[in-house]
Amino acid sequence: MAWTPDQPLIQLKDVHKSFGTVEVLKGISLDVARSEVICVIGPSGSGKSTLLRCINALVPIERGSILVEGQEVNDPKLDKLALRRKVGMVFQQYNLFPHRTALQNIMMAPLHVLKQDRQEVEARARRLLKKVRLEGKENAYPGELSGGQQQRVAIARSLAMNPDVMLFDEVTAALDPETVKEVLVTIRELAEEGMTCIIVTHEMGFAREVAGHIYFTDRGVIVEHGPPAEFFAKARDPRTRQFLSQIL
Amino acid sequence: MTSRRPERPSDRCDLPVVLPLASALDPARSGQVVWPLLRGRRSLAGIALLILALAITQAHAQAGPGALSIIATIWKWTPLIASGFVLNVAISFLAMAIGTVLGTFLGLAQISQLRPVRAVSWFVTQFFRNAPWLVLLFYAMLLLPFQFQIGGIVIALPDWLKATFGLSLPVMANMSELVRGAIQSIPYGQWESSESLAFTRWQTLRMVILPQCVKRMLPPWMNLYAILVVGTPLCSIVGVNEAMTLTSNALAAEANHALLVPMYLYLLAWFFLYCYPIARWTVALERRFAVKG
Repeated sequence: MAWTPDQPLIQLKDVHKSFGTVEVLKGISLDVARSEVICVIGPSGSGKSTLLRCINALVPIERGSILVEGQEVNDPKLDKLALRRKVGMVFQQYNLFPHRTALQNIMMAPLHVLKQDRQEVEARARRLLKKVRLEGKENAYPGELSGGQQQRVAIARSLAMNPDVMLFDEVTAALDPETVKEVLVTIRELAEEGMTCIIVTHEMGFAREVAGHIYFTDRGVIVEHGPPAEFFAKARDPRTRQFLSQIL
Repeated sequence: MTSRRPERPSDRCDLPVVLPLASALDPARSGQVVWPLLRGRRSLAGIALLILALAITQAHAQAGPGALSIIATIWKWTPLIASGFVLNVAISFLAMAIGTVLGTFLGLAQISQLRPVRAVSWFVTQFFRNAPWLVLLFYAMLLLPFQFQIGGIVIALPDWLKATFGLSLPVMANMSELVRGAIQSIPYGQWESSESLAFTRWQTLRMVILPQCVKRMLPPWMNLYAILVVGTPLCSIVGVNEAMTLTSNALAAEANHALLVPMYLYLLAWFFLYCYPIARWTVALERRFAVKG
């Protein structure tokens, strides 16, 4: 069955994942259409980060199905590298390569993974740095940049691979409050340009603005989901209400 | 943020042989007891002078008015001892080079994804790391042939070269642990982000992990070298004509008890003058890396 662009870009069906005896994901199902932006919220330890890591095969799943553009991720014969070229990921701790400059961080994967032409890659890397408002920081090492700046380099690094979907794993959780905004602005611009995004976040205001759909997870299951207006106004499940009352 | 407490040299190496040195070099402790006498650049000359003075006083005490002749005698044998010391340095260089190359591969094997490879390399590492250097040296002398053939060419294997191979074994094992430890000390996020950018495991190691390891490994690697250098006189026991053997020969030729202590102190000074700058340099590197993180 060939995948066509009108089908969901990502389809999760009954995804189960355990670490040892702890079941972290207990049957997660969700669809993400092209250019859709979804936010996953929920208390710490509810499996949100694991969920993202399953989508780009950083973490193998035990049961269920994850389709990315029709390609089954839960397949022993999966070409992980091909999958990861399509799925970009940004981490809470930025994880930039500290021994390389901002520009080199962005250029490394396109040069060595996609084997693209150096001049072309460098031009694109400079454009991306400009796009995340870090012009002039080309030759700065990650250690010389603020958290927010590092995170924006990390976003640019991921974008340099021209992914079809971006995963954001609590990307502002480690940032100083004053730099959170600059990162959120960058993500919002991406969303507005039509990038498919799966965002795990604790920034409720941001989720409300940017997301087309919000999923609330708790203890490995999706408790409730819906469009933001509906979700925030009339959450039905007591767990959701309690979470929202604590965080808002 | 993960909070990492500042690393201390003693944290960074888990080599039993290096630990005493590492803790002595630990800046947190060094200020208090161990090093205050030795601070600054002048201290080096100071210590050398101290050793020499000690040698002369010793000689004086034992030989009375013969002190001058003792210095003259030591001076007479200096070219011979120096020629032996050149061999010590050569052995240390070569053993370090061989040990570093083999140890790097062995260390990489220790983090292999294949279980048997991991098990074997772990065993080899532990075996050679916990074996006395002298025993390994004896084995190398006994088990290696004095010559071997490649094609039609006969290649002689002199004693000093056999001893070098013997010493390179513990270096290899310690290097293996250095490499493994350094790789595992790199935050896991570096692997994750490399993987998510579709790097292969080998690309990740080569371009992301190992370049960061080099900086971390350099100070303990230099420590290892300094320890190897002071270990090279072990070769005298298996009959290699290095500085220790030649000093003993000189003493035998002189047949003068009064020379015993000063001559060996003199030899000690050679090693000290060679190794101490390496130790200082190591401390300096550690300090520099500690600041830049």
